[in-house]
Amino acid sequence: MAVSEQEIKNLEKIAKNTRKDIVNVTQWAGGAHIGGGLSMVEILVLLYYKYMDIDPANPDKPDRDRFILSKGHGGIGYAPLLARKGYFDFDLLKTFNQFKSPFGMHLDAKKVKGVDVSTGSLGHGLPMAVGLALGARLRKESWKIYCLLGDGECNEGTVWEAAMSASHFKLTNMITIVDRNRLMMDGRTEEVMGLEPFADKWKAFGFIVKDVDGHSFNELTKAIDFAHNQDEAPVVIIANTKKGRGVDYMEDDVRWHYGSINSTLAQQARESIDRMYI
Amino acid sequence: MSEVTGTTWTVYDANSMSQAEIYGNVLSELGDKHPEIIGLTSDLAKSTKIGLFGEKFPERFFNVGIAEQNLFGVAAGLAKAGFTPFVSTMAAFVSMRACEQVRTDICYQNLNCKIIATHGGISFGTAGSTHNAQEDIAIMRSFPNMTVIVPADGIETANAVKACIDYPGPVYIRVGRGFEPTWYEDEDYGFEIGKAVTISDGTDITLVCTGITVLQAAEAAKVLAEEGLSVRVLNIHTIKPIDQEAIMKAVVDTRRIITIEEHSVIGGLGSAVADVIASSGKGCAFEKLGLQDEFSLVGYPEDLYAHYKLDTNGIIDKVREVMGRDFEEDEDWDDEV
Repeated sequence: MAVSEQEIKNLEKIAKNTRKDIVNVTQWAGGAHIGGGLSMVEILVLLYYKYMDIDPANPDKPDRDRFILSKGHGGIGYAPLLARKGYFDFDLLKTFNQFKSPFGMHLDAKKVKGVDVSTGSLGHGLPMAVGLALGARLRKESWKIYCLLGDGECNEGTVWEAAMSASHFKLTNMITIVDRNRLMMDGRTEEVMGLEPFADKWKAFGFIVKDVDGHSFNELTKAIDFAHNQDEAPVVIIANTKKGRGVDYMEDDVRWHYGSINSTLAQQARESIDRMYI
Repeated sequence: MSEVTGTTWTVYDANSMSQAEIYGNVLSELGDKHPEIIGLTSDLAKSTKIGLFGEKFPERFFNVGIAEQNLFGVAAGLAKAGFTPFVSTMAAFVSMRACEQVRTDICYQNLNCKIIATHGGISFGTAGSTHNAQEDIAIMRSFPNMTVIVPADGIETANAVKACIDYPGPVYIRVGRGFEPTWYEDEDYGFEIGKAVTISDGTDITLVCTGITVLQAAEAAKVLAEEGLSVRVLNIHTIKPIDQEAIMKAVVDTRRIITIEEHSVIGGLGSAVADVIASSGKGCAFEKLGLQDEFSLVGYPEDLYAHYKLDTNGIIDKVREVMGRDFEEDEDWDDEV
């Protein structure tokens, strides 16, 4: 499923709008994990606009592809995209974080249409992806499971318990993607708790590793296509990204792991995004 | 004859099989009629007896190795895919090692996952406190959506496992380890999740029991009857949702309650019963038998049950103590302040 230049253009346009949506929703929410929301935009846009077999009018379609945002704090980057896909009205996001809102920092699958699995506590997504992948295989159905992890999240032991089992059970119907933005709450991943040699760790756990530019639709497409055609071992895509991507004053700055923005900062953010896509 | 599995479990089976063995056999039978059942364990296929299901349905059985947190995450995923996972490992590891996965992956998402936790309480007494589960009831009953069942014996285990199939949402069934003696003669005594079973009726005092203490209390009641005491024994096999009606009836009828559990007295059956009584505004003499905020000694279960007054003799002692109190004649509460 190669990607044409025209397609990339369209995807870039969606990514640009998604980034602006994230900025707006962050402002409404009064604060959010905006840095990690912005770093995963291309990954989400590509999955939801090119690959995933889903039907927003029938969100529980049994044979739909599943997506698990294991880095659940990225909800601020995920919810706007689900709204634009038609799962719910975009204006509902104005309630984000407010009393009785369906939308909080970590999205609840029981409250937000389109969310397959509730996440938030780190290290929980990949084990559930393994369960779903076993389930799809038992059903002899071809739907796929995409699981997006944060790189800091890979400090969690359960990620590696799940990785061990995914390769043991040869789960090639699940595709693991790591948003490798190299920042976590307290600083740079390699300073807080080193992950390198990161690719070698995944290889040692039986995965085939694709190390790509996580902002390049072209590279991400190649990696996902590769994973789809792989039946020997599960694939992990290490998507090298920049935290806060698109907003110049946020990029690669740990202070924007979580932050709030006023109307001035929001305006600057939107202008920065416009400049990036000229 | 059971309508669910086609097999009825009786005292003859229970006398030769552990609670866990009966569970493994019942699950294997249920597997025929319920293709949605998946068996899962973490390197305890043999100990928990879920391996019996695995031998019969290898394609529907997964051993994730010694990784309890992953175990419950995987179970959540399978439940999300429309299956009914039955997950078995030791109660200590379900409730503590995988505590957050059980709470967040399974209870928060209200998934149809059945947990059969073995080696509950101090039933694996020689293994010591690392393997004892004396907090599991407290932990599990604090999770929204979770149902908590502690069967009295192997026969009740069979009933509970069959009943949980049609009981939506997460269910925690806690069983022992070894060849605990059985109380019930057969399955036909009207088991219903959330409904206490009156083992013996009485008017002087009520022993509110769960798990292996049911048999011990029933035996104690027989001995005490010879002394002229009328002892009611209630089997609270379902600790959550608890049978408030049966508890309040016991308070009103007998005004003396002793709760007895193979668990810490903090947060388990005793606490659940105390909640019911305190909320009612009615008073009664009240004692909790169990582990008194302490880690257990090492030993074979029978010795430990005797030491912690969870056996017949210990229960009799406690009943005599409570009956000896000047309680009913004390009509003036003010003088106690």
